[in-house]
Amino acid sequence: MQLVTTILLDGLIDASWIFIVAVGLTLIFGVLNVLNLAHGNFYAIGAYVAATVAGWYYASGDNPPAFGLVLMLGSSMLVAGILGPLLERGLLRFLYERDEVILVLVTYALFLILEDATKLIWGVNPYYAYDPYSLFGDLKVYGLTYVGYDLMLIVFAIFAGIILWLGLNRTKSGKLVLAVIHDRDMSSALGINVTRIFVIAFTIGVFLAAIGGAITAPKISVQPGLAVTVVLLSFAVVVIGGLGSIEGAAIAALVVGLSRSLAIHLWPSAELFIVYLVMALMLAIKPQGMFGAVQLRKI
Amino acid sequence: MTNTKIILAATATLAALLALGPFLPGWATFLGAVALAKGITALGLVVMLRSGLLSFGQGLFYCVGGYGAGLLMLWGDVTNAVVLVIAGGLSGLVAGLLIGPLLAGYRKIFFATLTLALSMLVHGALTKADILGGSDGLNLRPPTFFGLEQTTGLSPVFAIYALACVIAVASACLLRIHFRSVRGLLSLGVKDNEIRVEYLGTSVRRAIFENYVVAAFLAGMGGALNALVLGHIDPELAFWTTSGEFVFVAILAGQVSVVAIFVASILLELVRSFSSQHFPNAWQMTLGIFMLTVILFMPNGIGALLQRRRGSKIAQGEAP
Repeated sequence: MQLVTTILLDGLIDASWIFIVAVGLTLIFGVLNVLNLAHGNFYAIGAYVAATVAGWYYASGDNPPAFGLVLMLGSSMLVAGILGPLLERGLLRFLYERDEVILVLVTYALFLILEDATKLIWGVNPYYAYDPYSLFGDLKVYGLTYVGYDLMLIVFAIFAGIILWLGLNRTKSGKLVLAVIHDRDMSSALGINVTRIFVIAFTIGVFLAAIGGAITAPKISVQPGLAVTVVLLSFAVVVIGGLGSIEGAAIAALVVGLSRSLAIHLWPSAELFIVYLVMALMLAIKPQGMFGAVQLRKI
Repeated sequence: MTNTKIILAATATLAALLALGPFLPGWATFLGAVALAKGITALGLVVMLRSGLLSFGQGLFYCVGGYGAGLLMLWGDVTNAVVLVIAGGLSGLVAGLLIGPLLAGYRKIFFATLTLALSMLVHGALTKADILGGSDGLNLRPPTFFGLEQTTGLSPVFAIYALACVIAVASACLLRIHFRSVRGLLSLGVKDNEIRVEYLGTSVRRAIFENYVVAAFLAGMGGALNALVLGHIDPELAFWTTSGEFVFVAILAGQVSVVAIFVASILLELVRSFSSQHFPNAWQMTLGIFMLTVILFMPNGIGALLQRRRGSKIAQGEAP
């Protein structure tokens, strides 16, 4: 029973931050039709900025510890507010007319550039932001001690998912975004400012990646190489869930999180490739993913 | 160009490349061999791109080819470079035959993601396979060339460069002829409209499968050549960033010229070695900026530049 609980909880904790990052990727794909290979870099930059902010805040001594976490989360807004409009307006918008392959390649180039840029700014030594990790104390679950912060991540992810779902389905601007996802040309013909929706959706996508980085920063050592693994994890989630689907991303994040924790506890050597195995199996059985739309063939 | 002219041009190119070899400095021969190995792999990508499919996991076959050749050397005690490269190509071919039927049913982003997933699967499995060296990979011994290196004092790097030249020119020449044949042109039709091609009485699935297997064979040979030049194989060969480079070479070259693929590959290797020497902390950034510049300012790739020159010659009344 203890093992089952451990696997379930570890899987849930993993799934929570993966979901937040992946849902950003799926939003960007849904609206802009760009498969963003630089998404992991936004996560990494979010984590670095949060760790730096935490470093400054906690170094100065007797500040209230909880506010540090708020600052870290707020720093992701700054990251998204700068990077989102800059990259969408400054680069991507010139390329929407081109083949989708070219856009993948552009984000690959961005991945390479941002990878070195983070190293040039923050160096190669790890950053730690462990102070907020003890904010929520420890909790006993079935005789196992869990760090409260980890369990809060689950709550945070559910909260983020609900906000995003409500924002998209119950607000006017959200419905406009859904209209653009459904049919870009028609929305534009109906007078929706598609350009604005593009900037906003891309910025929110970057924000979700960055906040994913900020909330995981206290759990990990922030160091080079984060981007390359995170982008593939969120990529797998998006593919399994169906490109552009938020509900799909939520369930797929659970699948990915649980399969990873299953592998770690029962078959450790499979940890690295279990995600790709699930992804390949999913693609082999249902290529459009769990919630993806079936595409029509042209005649 | 007629087929005879293509073969003559290829022979002349090969002769020129081989004659040039001894005058090149050591680093250039090495870089040339690596660039050709990658170019051969990217050539396979162009074969698939003609039917509208982008593989983001060609590193899989590059890796399989490298390990195929490497393991034959280490476990089978075969050191002849020609045999090893053919073995690498065949390993790629077998892997292509195995997964080709599955992939032939996929298009667009699904094809790209499934190829990516499969190559990452192999990467993950190899990292954990201790018998194959795990994440460190394996070191190879220097290959032999029918004993020529002992009798003539042939330098091993030049010998691999020569072998790479022969394979690159031969495959480019054969594919150039194939691209103009009925089956080769069929790929363009598949890209344009699959249902029409089906109604013309051919199998789209089969055409895609064939292209996929050809690409796998080429990537296998490319991987084997790369393994012999570097003397090392590791799981990174199947990592998604390796595949990304092949995609870049294929896009940089465009789809109008087979020569452009090798020009693009050499250009990429030059930029990489130049930037890693001069900006050791920012070579990836240089590579990324180079890619962006090319995509933004040369939308049709290097091949279009070559084509445009040929076009202007025709306009001036010269023979094409």
